[in-house]
Amino acid sequence: MIRRDLVDAMVAHARRDHPDEACGVIAGPEGSDRPERFIAMDNAERSPTFYRFDSMEQLRVHREMSANDEETIVVYHSHTATEAYPSRTDISYASEPQAHYVLISTRDPEQHELRSYRILDGVVTEEPVEVVESYMFAHTGADDTPDCP
Amino acid sequence: MAVTVSIPTILRTHTGGQKSVEAAGATLAEVIDDLETNHGGLKQRLVKEGALHRFVNVYVNDEDVRFAGGLGAAVKDGDTVTILPAVAGG
Repeated sequence: MIRRDLVDAMVAHARRDHPDEACGVIAGPEGSDRPERFIAMDNAERSPTFYRFDSMEQLRVHREMSANDEETIVVYHSHTATEAYPSRTDISYASEPQAHYVLISTRDPEQHELRSYRILDGVVTEEPVEVVESYMFAHTGADDTPDCP
Repeated sequence: MAVTVSIPTILRTHTGGQKSVEAAGATLAEVIDDLETNHGGLKQRLVKEGALHRFVNVYVNDEDVRFAGGLGAAVKDGDTVTILPAVAGG
C-alpha cells in the first residue's frame, strides 16, 4: 500500500531523468512497512542502462534515517528502454530483505509502467501495488483487521 | 585499537542480530580479520579476491574507503566503520 503523492513523485523523477535511469528510496518508521519520506538519489552512473547510489549521499541518508528511527521501505529505479521487471544485475545487488523494489518503465512517453517486487536470495516475487490517497483512511472493509498494523 | 563497526540488516545474521559490534585493527583489512574471528562468515561477504566486494560500501568515519586506500585504509582508536550494501542495478 502506498500513497498516491509518493507514486507521483517516483514517476516524476523517472520522467525527469529519462533517458538515464533514476533511483531513490522511500523511508518509513522502522518495522512499519509504511513508505512515508520520499528521497530522490543521484544516479552516480548517469547511465541509461545502469544505476548506483552515490556512496556519500547514501551514507548521509543512512545516518538521517538511523537518527529518525527510519528504515528503507521502498527502493525504486527506472528502466528507460525495457519493461518494469528486475534485471539480472538488479537481482544480484538486491540486499534489503524488508524493502519493496519498485520498477518504473519510461520507455513509453505517454504511459508509464510501475510494478513492485520482493527480492530475496535471488528470488523475485511480484506483489500488487495498492495506491491510496491517505494511509489513515485506507480501508480493508473488515472491522477486525487493522488498517495499518 | 577498538573501533565500532556498524552492520547492515543483511549481514546481521553473522552478528547475532547486533546492529554494531566492536573490532580491533590498524587497517581496514585487520579490522575485517578481527571481525571474522568473532563473527564467522562476515569476511567472505566483504572481501573477494583480496579487494572489497563490489556489493558493499565501506566507510571509515565519513570517507568511502574506495577512495581512501581500500582494505589498506588506516583505522584508529575510536573510529567508526560503517558497512552499507551498495544499491545498484541495471
